Amino acid sequence: MLCDVCREREGVVSVTKMEKDSVTLENLCEKCAAARGIETTVAMPKHPLSDFLSGVQQQLGSQQADAARCTFCSTTLREFRNSGRLGCMHCYGTFEQSLRELLRKIHGTARHAGVRYEPPAPALLERSSTLGELRERLRRAVETEQFELAASIRDQIKGLE
Amino acid sequence: MVDLSLLPDGGASWLDASGDHADIVLSTRIRLARNVEGYAFTGRARDGERLRILTQVREALPHVPALANGVLLRVDEMAPTDRLLLHERHLVSKELAGLDLPQGVRSGAALYLCESAGVMINEEDHLRLQALRSGFSVGEALATVMRVDRELGSRVPFAFHEEFGFLTACPTNTGTGLRASVLIHLPGLVLTKEIGKVLAGLQAMGLTYRGLYGEGSEVVGNFFQISNQTTLGRSEDELAEHLARVVRTVIEREEEARRVLLRDAGYIIEDKLWRAYGTLRYARSLSFDEAMNFLSGVRLAVGLKLIIGLSVYTLNKLLIFSQSAHLAYAEGRALTESEANLARARYVRQALINEAGSQA
Repeated sequence: MLCDVCREREGVVSVTKMEKDSVTLENLCEKCAAARGIETTVAMPKHPLSDFLSGVQQQLGSQQADAARCTFCSTTLREFRNSGRLGCMHCYGTFEQSLRELLRKIHGTARHAGVRYEPPAPALLERSSTLGELRERLRRAVETEQFELAASIRDQIKGLE
Repeated sequence: MVDLSLLPDGGASWLDASGDHADIVLSTRIRLARNVEGYAFTGRARDGERLRILTQVREALPHVPALANGVLLRVDEMAPTDRLLLHERHLVSKELAGLDLPQGVRSGAALYLCESAGVMINEEDHLRLQALRSGFSVGEALATVMRVDRELGSRVPFAFHEEFGFLTACPTNTGTGLRASVLIHLPGLVLTKEIGKVLAGLQAMGLTYRGLYGEGSEVVGNFFQISNQTTLGRSEDELAEHLARVVRTVIEREEEARRVLLRDAGYIIEDKLWRAYGTLRYARSLSFDEAMNFLSGVRLAVGLKLIIGLSVYTLNKLLIFSQSAHLAYAEGRALTESEANLARARYVRQALINEAGSQA
């Protein structure tokens, strides 16, 4: 079968490409494959340094994303990937982008179409729960050594007391 | 030992076979997953946070008419056998009962139960509101649980997001947090080997199936739990109605399979089912799997009107009360496996004698 790109040489590698909703299959010759950075059995001249750098860059990017941490419950994206469970409601804000994609994959959409919800008026709620909640956050922040966050939570507690 | 007589109807009214298609559909359950604003989700929360959630919900309960006259059970203070008992009765999930968590039951784990609805507290989500109904009763179960949601949600602030809807620990529940499931008995489709096609069809329709005890449980005695897979992007009514529509088709297919069986293999089926009845009626020792399989046969025989005078209610009770923790509860002591097998055979035998089935 001829290469789908140049239509001259014999295709030696098939590439499955997934974009949004469509899946395409391409047949490429060695040269056209190499031009896209795809390795075939016959080694083509490569650029070790640029490969290395792009590898590092990718790694850095994913590490940064993985290390993103929810300021409320201290869950990281990596922990979520491992457990499949989010730590608190604020994780939805912290990991919004990744979650939107994930929700689309699971449900086909990320937009809620069910009943809307209005939380009860604050007057009905106890203020003590806010205070308790802040103390929990403080404990967690200290434990995970997020001292700046801890200091700001301590100020909020003082304000309320 | 937990005193089950304190529960409204012993927590077993869903067995009474009063609903639609009760010989094929045992029960309909709809649950909504909700979390309380301001706390980490259950798995991430500390003991103190979970106890505060329990207190906050407990204080709100008297103001929720849809949950009037119920009891609150502290699952975290129960012995493992009592937790297993509640699980066998389909009142709490394995997770709430701490049956497969390495650290056992979580502090603050509780069950609130009233006649028409229940709330699991500190499950995977802070709250699992649920309605359990006898037979095929999707509309009624949905109306009940939505009312509980409205009334409790006006007292306790739920975690809600404008775009994503109700926020849950697992993204597979986000949005409506609604899981509707129907526990259905499909021996006809299994015997005619049509079941594979039907189950594949369910998946194509966005539904999924599990065993008798929901997630992660095996299919025993030809009982399947059919439920919706997605929770986001459709309204509660649409999700429930879609499930109901598909289940109606499955019921029709099951009835058709039963007609085919009787027509093409009448005497073979009749013989097989009476043998199942005979074993249950006379055996001196029955394992749980054996009992489930023979009960499935007898249930089919009752559905086909080969055996009359035996009620679906009795069959439902046998299914639940012949489980290990229930037998131990009735005997008032822990049982070894062989003791349980003897007790099971005795219990089943007695129930069948009390309600002697006769040949049509």
